[in-house]
Amino acid sequence: MMLSAGKKAIFYVLLIISAFLIAGPALMAIVMSFMTNQDILTGSLPTTISLDNYFAAFTRFPLLQYFLNSFIVSIVIMLGQLILSALAAYAFVFLEFKGRDFLFYLFIATMMVPFEASVIPNFHIIRDLGWIDRYSGLTVPFFATAFGTFLLRQNFKQIPKELREASQIEGIGDFKFFLKVILPVSRTSLVTYGIYSFLTSWNMYLWPLLVTTNDTVRTVQIGLKQLQTQEQLNDWGVIMAGAVIIILPTLILLFLGQKKLQKGLTEGALK
Amino acid sequence: MRMANSALEANETFMYQVERVKKKNRKLSFIKGMLFLLPSLILFSVFLFYPMLKTIYLSFFLTDAKGATTVFVGWDNYKEIFTDSVFLKGMKNTFLFVFYTVPLTVIISLFLTVIANEKLKGIGVFRTIFSSTMGVSVAAASVFWLYLFNPTMGLLNKFLELLGAESIGWLTDPDWALFAVSVTTIWMNIGFTFLILLGGLQSIDSSLYESADIEGSSYFYKLRRITIPMLSPTLFFVITVSIINAFQTFGQIDILTQGGPANETNLIVYSIYREAFVNYQFGSASAQAIVLFIFILLMTALQFKLGERRVHYQ
Repeated sequence: MMLSAGKKAIFYVLLIISAFLIAGPALMAIVMSFMTNQDILTGSLPTTISLDNYFAAFTRFPLLQYFLNSFIVSIVIMLGQLILSALAAYAFVFLEFKGRDFLFYLFIATMMVPFEASVIPNFHIIRDLGWIDRYSGLTVPFFATAFGTFLLRQNFKQIPKELREASQIEGIGDFKFFLKVILPVSRTSLVTYGIYSFLTSWNMYLWPLLVTTNDTVRTVQIGLKQLQTQEQLNDWGVIMAGAVIIILPTLILLFLGQKKLQKGLTEGALK
Repeated sequence: MRMANSALEANETFMYQVERVKKKNRKLSFIKGMLFLLPSLILFSVFLFYPMLKTIYLSFFLTDAKGATTVFVGWDNYKEIFTDSVFLKGMKNTFLFVFYTVPLTVIISLFLTVIANEKLKGIGVFRTIFSSTMGVSVAAASVFWLYLFNPTMGLLNKFLELLGAESIGWLTDPDWALFAVSVTTIWMNIGFTFLILLGGLQSIDSSLYESADIEGSSYFYKLRRITIPMLSPTLFFVITVSIINAFQTFGQIDILTQGGPANETNLIVYSIYREAFVNYQFGSASAQAIVLFIFILLMTALQFKLGERRVHYQ
């Protein structure tokens, strides 16, 4: 579709205004994170630019530890979700057995149970297992996911069934076929789901708030809350520096994987 | 006669053996299937099905501070929450919150999707910016807006000052707090909604637009007659997901208002959290959780029912 110059100009104006409104809050935070507290309090434009706020955020708070914790937790959840949902998706696409349809509906049923509604007994289970303040308590409850299973199942369905028949004739078992053929073939969708999984794990809030009570396992999101509530002097520069640091990994991941996510999630939702 | 008989017998043993092999194969494939599904099934049982049943169970009891049941009270927890003005206010405001956030999120995202779908130079940059809020966590987003809403330093009140208007206690005024939390939520959710809608828009068959161009249809005619109808399954999906998300709102409340002022932003998940983990009333908190569960169940069922023809899960 070709656009006239006038129409083009209208679109650019709309795009630029919208971009400023959407990016505004984050841009503001980035600018503030380099400003002195005095400039922020008087509401002036930055007179000097410094890294002091970042320095303060890292020295006054165990931000590095939070960062490491979040990284471990997100990677572990991502791997757990990928492994479990790929296994389940394989069974639903390639294996035929009695009760498969029932189990499939059971997976659908799990989508109707919001985590928030079952959070109380979950907390008690984790407490009774002694998993409070442990990485296991932060990760294991999230390994099984119906969404991931459906997304990968959608992708596995596009793999020709003849591949499996051929490998069966050659005497290759299902697990080997799954590892050597299915996983490599569906790399792209595994990466897409991995990005999504990492993003959501990194940004988790309610559960880490409940099951962490000290800095050894606390994640960045809860760390930021601590930073915000403990900063007595309303030192907004430091708070913003903390916020900018914690959104950096997810923003980078999003920029790199935006096209994949857009395609993958739409397919998972609507195919 | 004898030969025929033995042939029949041989045939029977053969059939019997076939049956046995089949049975064995069925058993084998069942075991194999279960092995692939077992990790998920075990975790679902421990962290989803059992806790859900336990929540139902707990909702009929009083508990001690550790969560052990003490007295069976039947429906009393439910009777109590539905006569409790704080909980009822929370419910009302949860619905209001859905009503504030969902339509606006979808309309704004749809607008962004439509303008970002043109073939223009540098459009990729705009698409990245529009989807960027998906990478911003609820904690970070809340901190950004906490500053924007700050009564003295915040940019919003500075802007009002500039216009000569009176400053607003965005997070402390009962008339404004829910609105302020809604604005934060809308901003946060635009990224995801935009990304899904853009995906939907790009999968529309371009020949539809080409033939409309040949007929000389106007931009808005194409928008109304092609884009919106073809996008309706995606729109339906994002609307239901947004409603479900709105019901589950927690982080922005915890950072921005802690449920206040005067319980104006005490939405259902925050209310469950406070009842359970601040007041240690696990029984009535569970009753509230069941109410939340029923709402989400209805929304998901609706999504499956109405989206059946388009959302093919089977």
